[in-house]
Amino acid sequence: MSAVTTSTAKGTLMSGAKMLLECLSREKVDIMFGYPGGVTLPLYDALYDHPLKHILVRHEQNACFAAEGYARATGKVGVCCATSGPGATNLVTGLVDAMMDSIPVVAITGQVSTKLIGSDAFQEADTFGITRSCTKHNFLVKKLADLPQAVHEAFHIAATGRPGPVLVDIPKDVFQAQAHYSPVSAIHLPGYKVYTEGHAGQIRRAAQMIWEAKRPIVYAGGGILASAASSDLRELVERVDIPAVCTLMGLGALSSEHRNFVSMPGMHGSYAANLAMTETDLIIALGVRFDDRVTGRLAAFAPHAKVIHVDIDPAEIGKNRAAEVPIVGDVKRVLEKINQVLADTTGEMQPVNARSRAEWWDRIRDWQKQHPLEPEISSDEIKPQHLVSEIDRLSGGEAIVCSDVGQHQMWAAQFIRFHHPRLWINSGGLGAMGFGFPAAIGAQFARPDKLVFALVGDGGFQMSIPELATVANHALPVKIIVMNNGYLGMVRQWQELFYNNRLSAVQLDTFPDPEKLAGAYGFKGRTVESPRELRGALEAAVREPGPYLLNVRVAPYENVYPMVPAGGAINEMVLAPPQPVEVA
Amino acid sequence: MLQLISLLVENKPGALMRVTGLLSARGYNIESLTVARTLDPELSRMSIVVDIEPGQRQQLIKQMNKLINVLQASDVTEAPAVRRELVLLRVRANMQDRAAILKEAEIFGARAVDSSVEGFALEATGDSEKLDEFIEVMKSYGEIDVTRSGLVAVSLESKKLKLAPPIKKDLEVEPHTESVK
Repeated sequence: MSAVTTSTAKGTLMSGAKMLLECLSREKVDIMFGYPGGVTLPLYDALYDHPLKHILVRHEQNACFAAEGYARATGKVGVCCATSGPGATNLVTGLVDAMMDSIPVVAITGQVSTKLIGSDAFQEADTFGITRSCTKHNFLVKKLADLPQAVHEAFHIAATGRPGPVLVDIPKDVFQAQAHYSPVSAIHLPGYKVYTEGHAGQIRRAAQMIWEAKRPIVYAGGGILASAASSDLRELVERVDIPAVCTLMGLGALSSEHRNFVSMPGMHGSYAANLAMTETDLIIALGVRFDDRVTGRLAAFAPHAKVIHVDIDPAEIGKNRAAEVPIVGDVKRVLEKINQVLADTTGEMQPVNARSRAEWWDRIRDWQKQHPLEPEISSDEIKPQHLVSEIDRLSGGEAIVCSDVGQHQMWAAQFIRFHHPRLWINSGGLGAMGFGFPAAIGAQFARPDKLVFALVGDGGFQMSIPELATVANHALPVKIIVMNNGYLGMVRQWQELFYNNRLSAVQLDTFPDPEKLAGAYGFKGRTVESPRELRGALEAAVREPGPYLLNVRVAPYENVYPMVPAGGAINEMVLAPPQPVEVA
Repeated sequence: MLQLISLLVENKPGALMRVTGLLSARGYNIESLTVARTLDPELSRMSIVVDIEPGQRQQLIKQMNKLINVLQASDVTEAPAVRRELVLLRVRANMQDRAAILKEAEIFGARAVDSSVEGFALEATGDSEKLDEFIEVMKSYGEIDVTRSGLVAVSLESKKLKLAPPIKKDLEVEPHTESVK
């Protein structure tokens, strides 16, 4: 651990704060989202004349969400920073979010001086203990000599294997101490084993099964994005002409317009995707975790299917669904090899089951025709589906859409096309309201060339409202589109369907006037209510060079369909409201 | 059912918390836990007995192996291994019972490690069931105090320890990046 002090060259004498910044530079960190405080004073003093760009957010939770937005848009490690105590505890939701969606984030927190740790000092919290379960790993650095090693280990752990958040807690006196710095040449994590290559025998078996299956389907998730395996996925589905579904985390892994793309499965997945997942005889699961929102009632999920499960995390394989062919590895490396075996065996294997495969495609196309995902449009009111389809039209599959959590998220996932990975950014696993807007800030900083929408509900937006100052401050051209139905829509939908429409604590009576609200921060905003004006209003928002707040009043009682009721099998979808619903 | 897990962990602050946190997060109750340094002072050996549904045993081992500070986690519930527990027991004994107590202790392979006018401190090792019986027998002589160590185990199979090699840091390593058009 004492790489710094024992290195032959004595290195440069510098403070812990400077050393941290030096390590961040070496990790190619160009931006950090943060909020200063008492114990991080030495760090912020060192930042004063350091080239690293620091973005001052208005709440630490949003620093973590913005770092995630940056990471999700680029694949690089996002970095956030907070002070001790309340600063660190405010990061927690963001860390859990990054953990659930396997997003590489490094969080730097200040801690009270080592001598004060455990004394209930001012702004002291047991950050190391609190964040143990919401990080992939965490460090408490009690000696300056250990700092460079810990920082580089943190970046390595965050970015490799199954990515995730890593926190480094640094006491104030460690920031202040002086020591000789020389770069770390190696890190050693003997217990951190990442298996990337996949088992050759299992890979051959998988290829064989892919040829022999009569009704195969690819079930692709966030792992495709994490390992940058989109082109390999495309090669697979094209080579053997297999239908593919992408999970909420995997949207964009295969272009929404690819002819083999069958949309999203699960609770609000399409009819075709859910029936295909039920009828298939072979699931090729790539970087997915058989999440309950995808499988519905596990016992009834894909009852006829054998499973090939590729994942870099051994603990995911067999966790929810047993796999006939388990393959632990990086999905890109494994797909390259599977594609190679498929290429080598094309001649001899092609005719096997050709007829059943053609019939399988016919059935899927029929399901798609029977119940297509089509946006509802009315001339009297703006239907929420209408709004997302207009965003889709403006995006053309190319814009970054950062969604908050709830109904709008599901409609966006259903109707907005993504031609590439890393355009669709949402809180999938944790479902953290307040995520969308700060994530859009991170994404816009990462991709200044891109049109970035923050598509949020009126509930989630009000959780992240302080960040209006951040976008105003940097004239960041994020387009904040509030799908405003005056309700916590998803909770209201469940109360309507499963609690006799007893609408309890879901009505959001008050919403600020967007023109005044945005105006107070020095940029433009407005409300649009009429379906005729919607397109023009969105276009005007996009034309605006800076940020824009567009409040879209949508039909208040619209529900997301199809819907698989909690605990139901995914082929038991409710496709539309049973009858006109009387509203209290 | 009870699962016995043997772990080799880095001897670092927080390592124990990571292991026990993994168990408590899943609502599993720890029946016993022992930790001590190994021959290599940078490593510790933990033996944990935990009450768990049989279907979850493998998943738990996988989750433990994911912990960065854990070098190896193995399920030794059914594997060839020697399992032993130690009990220290203080029994109050009047003068006329003392000889009988020592005789009884001998049957269980226990030995007296302290003796006073009030009674004895006895030490016994063995499998847990045998120690249960020993404690039962001693109870019949009078008031007792018992401290048990929890199970420790040593595997009889030589399992190769796979460790990740050091990673060269040229600090030019490209992270996983999807090229986005």
